[in-house]
Amino acid sequence: MKRPAVFRSAAADAGLSVTPVAVSRWSRTASAFTGVSVVVVAGLAAVPFVIGGPAEQPLITLLTFVAMASLWNLLAGFSGLTSFGQNAFIGVGAYALYLVAAHGVNPFLGILLAAIVGAVVALPVSALVLRLTGGYFAVATLVVASVFQIVATLSPSVGGTTGVSVPGLAGYSDVLREALIYWATLIVAVASVAGVYLLVRRTFGLDARAVGSDPVAAASSGVRVGRIRLLAFVVAAGGTGAVGALIALQTLYVEPTSVFSIQYSVDMLFMVLIGGMATIEGPILGALVLFLLQETLSAYGAWYLVIVGGLAVVATLIASRGIWGFASERLGWSLLPVGYRVRPADSGRGRGRRPNPP
Amino acid sequence: MNWVNAVIQGMLLGGQYALIACGLSLAFGVMRIVNLAHGDLAVCGAYLGLVLSSVLGVPVWVTLPLLLPAAFAVGMGLQVLLFGRALRHGVLAPVLVTFGLSVMIENLLQVAATSDPRGLNGGALTLASFHITSGITVSWLFLTAFLTACAVLSCLQLLLSRTSWGRKVRATADDLDTARLVGIRVRPVFATVAGIAVATAALAGVFIGTIGTFDPQAGTNTLIFAFEAVVIGGIGSLWGTLVGGVALGITQVVVGELNQAYAVLAVHLLFLAVLTVRPGGLFTSHQSAAEARGAGGAGGLRGFQVVGRVRGMRGRGAPG
Repeated sequence: MKRPAVFRSAAADAGLSVTPVAVSRWSRTASAFTGVSVVVVAGLAAVPFVIGGPAEQPLITLLTFVAMASLWNLLAGFSGLTSFGQNAFIGVGAYALYLVAAHGVNPFLGILLAAIVGAVVALPVSALVLRLTGGYFAVATLVVASVFQIVATLSPSVGGTTGVSVPGLAGYSDVLREALIYWATLIVAVASVAGVYLLVRRTFGLDARAVGSDPVAAASSGVRVGRIRLLAFVVAAGGTGAVGALIALQTLYVEPTSVFSIQYSVDMLFMVLIGGMATIEGPILGALVLFLLQETLSAYGAWYLVIVGGLAVVATLIASRGIWGFASERLGWSLLPVGYRVRPADSGRGRGRRPNPP
Repeated sequence: MNWVNAVIQGMLLGGQYALIACGLSLAFGVMRIVNLAHGDLAVCGAYLGLVLSSVLGVPVWVTLPLLLPAAFAVGMGLQVLLFGRALRHGVLAPVLVTFGLSVMIENLLQVAATSDPRGLNGGALTLASFHITSGITVSWLFLTAFLTACAVLSCLQLLLSRTSWGRKVRATADDLDTARLVGIRVRPVFATVAGIAVATAALAGVFIGTIGTFDPQAGTNTLIFAFEAVVIGGIGSLWGTLVGGVALGITQVVVGELNQAYAVLAVHLLFLAVLTVRPGGLFTSHQSAAEARGAGGAGGLRGFQVVGRVRGMRGRGAPG
């Protein structure tokens, strides 16, 4: 590990008594956690060999949740873009996968193409919806999702209201197909988390959080608000497109009412709120919570969603930083730090009292 | 003659959209809250009307004296319990809270009333109609809905421009902190505004339920239409909302005349087109003029924040 850089300010050079500070972005906890997560991902990758079928299905659901939550967190948590129309890009990804697979492309390669299609579709959409902020942006994204759904319904080439089944998977045996879908989901989930993490650690992360908390103040400090929003929107749309393609592969059938279901947006909102907005760890925890809730409560049908909606409201009002925000505040942990940690230089590598800024 | 008929029917349909939308517009103008549960609250109003009218055995109109105060109380309660608290948590919290509320309402209705579509008992008014010419028949129910929308908008406009309550609302909408400084108690103002917003939503829900059918999931589409009416008309402008609603209604009926499958798509595309060409809505300049004069009922209800060159720099405290 690199030693933290020590900065001396001009005031200190001038002989004024200013405590020199050390700025670090990493910690021993974070190193340990990175090690653990590498082991966990390796373990997850080995699941099809070791346990096989029965473990794959629930893990696929969980990993899909992780990817959706991390991407929505990039939008809403970091950049302040509360889109409830991300189901539009789930749908776009699913239909993109169908279309490329129907043209003979390998469906697993199709996931990558679906991500590209999602990002490309997001460009014109962003030109419209990014004119709005807050709640107006949220409803405009609902409109966009509705438009996409109607267009899919009115297009006979993709099966209209009845939908289409995904071709190109007949060549695989059931066991192999299941394992390949599992690995693809694992790759998309890890890429989403790691991608968002690396993106947010760059200057983009600081800019995005500035834009998210106050766009006017951010603009006046020289942040290019439009560009930051556009980048967040397009990256999230591309990732969500890949998730949509995965969902199409998992269900093997693409039908407008299910792939454009607003349920996906509700799930994303819930996971990020419960786990903790604008943290990398939060959405992963939130995905786990939603997964467990779904496993235990889905038999109750609508009541399950009443609970999900209610918990989202309570989380926003009472614990606005989510489970992870609460835990990291108490424990002083930051497993995947995205901020800067400033402490007096002479206290060395001791325990800093300040956790990362939210 | 078909086209004239379509335009007339569309205009009347637009009245309903404006009726749902005016509460959304008012709540945003004053509290800067986009209530994503607004459509669901309208649907709740329809269900409440269904329960009351079937328990009392009367047409739903007779239950309005019970229903509207109840809706008003619900609105005040929601403001005090949820929206007011959410507003103190920053810009994002109201969006998240109202969306969570919307999910809760839809699924509670699902549990309580199943997903069967319902209709309301509108009494003799439901089927009554009159002829303008041989080809044009106007339903009294549609006309009542349209006139009710006009009446509600006029009342709101008068309340805002002529009463002391209206002055407080406009002052609060203009600048929250200054309003507090000059001694306006903001919370009661917010609570009454939320009450009125929910009561108008419930009234609109009763009309929707009498004219067509409704089910627990109808709220999201209701919200989207109301929102489109607000944006097309120009946010914060109450009469603009009526024009927006009418534009939506005419588009829907005229395109529906050509091909029913494209009617809703056409409405959404109209909205997106207005958003592209005039993101501030059709009545921005009029509204800004009213603002500059400091006159006009909703003149103080400033437009939403448009991120962009000039208007993006208008913070909450900037002079309008």
